[in-house]
Amino acid sequence: MKKYLFITLAALMMAGLLNAQSQYKAGDIAADFKLTNVKGEMISLAEYKDADGFIVAFWCNTCPVVKKYDQRLQDLHAKYAPKGYPVVAINPNDPALSPGDSFEKMKETAANKNYSFDYLFDDTQEVARRYGATNTPHIYILSWRDGKLVVEYVGAIDNNADDGSVADKKYAEDALESILEGRPVKVAGTKAVGCTIKWKKG
Amino acid sequence: MKYLTAVILTIILGLAPLSAQEIEKIGIPDLERILASPENQLHVVNFWATWCPPCVTELPHFDKLATEYRGKGVKFILVSLDFPSQIDSKLIPFLEKNKITADVRVMTNLDYNSWIDKVDAGWQGNIPVTLFFNNAKKTRYFHPSEVTEKELRELITRHK
Repeated sequence: MKKYLFITLAALMMAGLLNAQSQYKAGDIAADFKLTNVKGEMISLAEYKDADGFIVAFWCNTCPVVKKYDQRLQDLHAKYAPKGYPVVAINPNDPALSPGDSFEKMKETAANKNYSFDYLFDDTQEVARRYGATNTPHIYILSWRDGKLVVEYVGAIDNNADDGSVADKKYAEDALESILEGRPVKVAGTKAVGCTIKWKKG
Repeated sequence: MKYLTAVILTIILGLAPLSAQEIEKIGIPDLERILASPENQLHVVNFWATWCPPCVTELPHFDKLATEYRGKGVKFILVSLDFPSQIDSKLIPFLEKNKITADVRVMTNLDYNSWIDKVDAGWQGNIPVTLFFNNAKKTRYFHPSEVTEKELRELITRHK
């Protein structure tokens, strides 16, 4: 009996561990958070009064894939913030491992690139862990539904990191258009190559 | 006239510096062929890019062991995910500068979502990652992160 109990407990613990590492997928309820933006303000998603949802982008200053997508993220914000879906970019990288991703460098990036969306620092990496983000860039589209943040899409912005003009699958835009028209999101999850998040050691 | 242009082009291309590395560009069918290779030997397929610092750190280990194991039942293929627009400007200069002699190929299909799961369903798109397999022995191991030279040696010994 004792042995059986132990095995059950061990199995439950394993499941818990696996769960902690797993990634939000469409239909899951996402957690809100409180993080500091480059202006030094603490921001939570609940504070965006006019938003129907969000394009949460795990982002950074240094990754070449992020740089490739920089203009495309700004375009998404310009197009969808007025429709209720602003971009909220989050840098989860540990500056000890990636000095170019420090809070000071984030301020420089946001200023140089004229970011009109909030650029937040996930200095404890708790948000990236909870969302299950693995790379930058990594996009999560969320919608407010009955006071909860429902995950609608997880993955890449489109299917050509090198050149957006020849991308023939615009995953993020397609998902947003479906959401805005009240249709189900057809492709609710994709995988993409990006820079591994620089997790704190130890 | 067209013929003349072709002749001139052929001559010019023929005179191109011999040192310029040829690099094999691959797509999904080529990747599938690699993954389905029936050869009875350990295949070590590493996915990397010059823009990925941990990849650049571990690449010399792969190059070194590829030389050591040449003709000894281990086949290395280093699949670069460098952007097609940067093959000539970044990838080839990097290979020349670091004197990489291993079998490097560049994946030109950027629709990552359409092929990542063919490599391994557990791959989240991070690099570097390395797949070890021998289809003849039905062995397969996906390593989801970077390796030290010692770890790479151990992995090869374990899966060979």
